[in-house]
Amino acid sequence: MANDVWVYIEHKDGEFSPMSFELLGIGKGLADGLGSNVCAFVIGENIENITKEAFAYGASKVYTVEGSVFKGFRADAYAKASSFLLDKHKPEIALFRATSQGTDVSAASAANLGFGLCTDCIGLNVDGGQIKMTRAAFGGNYTITVVNEKAKPQIVTVRPKAFAMPEKDASKQGEIVKEAFSISEDDLNTKVLEFIKSEVTVNLVEADIIVSGGRGVGSDEGFKVLKELADILGGAVGASRAAVDSEWIPYEHQVGQTGKTVKPKIYIACGISGAIQHLAGMRTSDCIVAINKDPDAPIFKNATFGIVGDYKQLVPKIIEKFKTKLNR
Amino acid sequence: MKIVACIKQVPDTEAEIKWDIPKGTLKRDGMDPITNPFDEFALEEALLTRENYDGDIIAISMGPEKANDVLRNALALTVNEVYRLTDDAFAGSDTYATAYVLAAAIKKIGDVDVVFCGKQSTDGNTGVVGAELAAILGYSQLTYVSKVRQFDAANKKVVVERAIEGGIEVVEAKLPAVISVIKGINEPRLPNLMGIRKASKIEIPAWNADDLGVDKSKLGYQSASTKVVEIAVPPPRGAGEILKGEIDDIANAITDKLIELKVIK
Repeated sequence: MANDVWVYIEHKDGEFSPMSFELLGIGKGLADGLGSNVCAFVIGENIENITKEAFAYGASKVYTVEGSVFKGFRADAYAKASSFLLDKHKPEIALFRATSQGTDVSAASAANLGFGLCTDCIGLNVDGGQIKMTRAAFGGNYTITVVNEKAKPQIVTVRPKAFAMPEKDASKQGEIVKEAFSISEDDLNTKVLEFIKSEVTVNLVEADIIVSGGRGVGSDEGFKVLKELADILGGAVGASRAAVDSEWIPYEHQVGQTGKTVKPKIYIACGISGAIQHLAGMRTSDCIVAINKDPDAPIFKNATFGIVGDYKQLVPKIIEKFKTKLNR
Repeated sequence: MKIVACIKQVPDTEAEIKWDIPKGTLKRDGMDPITNPFDEFALEEALLTRENYDGDIIAISMGPEKANDVLRNALALTVNEVYRLTDDAFAGSDTYATAYVLAAAIKKIGDVDVVFCGKQSTDGNTGVVGAELAAILGYSQLTYVSKVRQFDAANKKVVVERAIEGGIEVVEAKLPAVISVIKGINEPRLPNLMGIRKASKIEIPAWNADDLGVDKSKLGYQSASTKVVEIAVPPPRGAGEILKGEIDDIANAITDKLIELKVIK
């Protein structure tokens, strides 16, 4: 249908996680508001399992482009296939996750179709038949709500974890629409030579729990105890810019305006004062715990739970309590 | 090699923000402009590329008169040429229009091998202009680049490392390419006094819509696909609960509270 809501399903060479399907949840909400259907679109080489999973997470139709040229993600190949699908079917809106892959495909698709896109949305709702999109602006100190009256489809990237996961029902089925689209290898610009898995496997954006450290951590040694807490909780380690610039921890851990934007369920900030640049990257976290020696630190104004004290004494004690209570 | 660096002037994050409502654009006049922090890495990567492979660097910036400051800074860092892209028709351009204008300037420069830009700007925060630019130009789209391993100008190839979720992807791409870089790819140098003095005397050329041969109907506030309906200050998170007492009691209380959230698996 012309006012359907489409969701791009990202995967890596056929590998996917439940998070690949998260936008089918908000997609269904928007489709209900528009009186239309939520559909998935998948580009890849072997995508049968992904298609099946998309139905389980609520897609009523799945559009696919398959071919060996789509083995492994490449921005130009995937964006060409994506633009082809979006141009041919012209859904009302196409949702992408605001990840590296989602951003690459959505931006290039929008450019191929000749219009702009709305990025990193944290709010989406239908109001009078129109989709209102809300994003954080200028360090999260403002939110901007926009409508798109020109582009069709409207192309949008959505902040990971901003919306609830859809329910999964493995018995659900739907219609598969296979589209033929191919590109010759010669027309593509890039070739992936290898993928080097990060030793620390930082995936801050996907983490439900983040233990983060700032200037107050004082040394690279200090991050060890934060890492220990993160490990016990099955979380990831984050850092403020001050800690990264002091070279206590690599940049890939940085949260904030010049780092990553995260939205975990629990964010534990140790020795982080809470400058607006840092808040920009984490203030939408569900529960924020702040541990800081300075009772006037701005982080406390944004914390769900605040503890005035030294992380060096508190964190080991917290680890000890978790070990006992969680039997770890 | 012919190297282009795209740089943007952004308001200092610490500065007071003035909005132009209902356009939903920032009132940039009167704000203290700095070079977008990510673009400093792009500029440095351009300088390193010239040092290693020879060539010329052309820095471009789209913006009002104030953008001259960041271009002058680029000149002080010894880039070979700078151009400011400016026209009343550009005001309020969205990401597509911005990329479209930058693409027109890059075509006008001609025979470009590589375009460096920052991963995103700290004001708009969209992080998509680099990818859109590559798509419009038909250049290789290399985003989130944490290292440029090697240029092979003779065979028109480049190998880069991209820092993406879960690890590093090593990609070989054809030139020309648009490379958007992340923080930490290098350590941006500062201009020296002689560079600053020299740059202060150079007239900065401007290119307008006609110079670039762009279609004005695709530009500016009027053609942007999104329209702002509301700008709001997000509700404060609300004063949280401060846990007090002996360390042991606090640790006990906070672990209980976090376990109650049923998030920890």
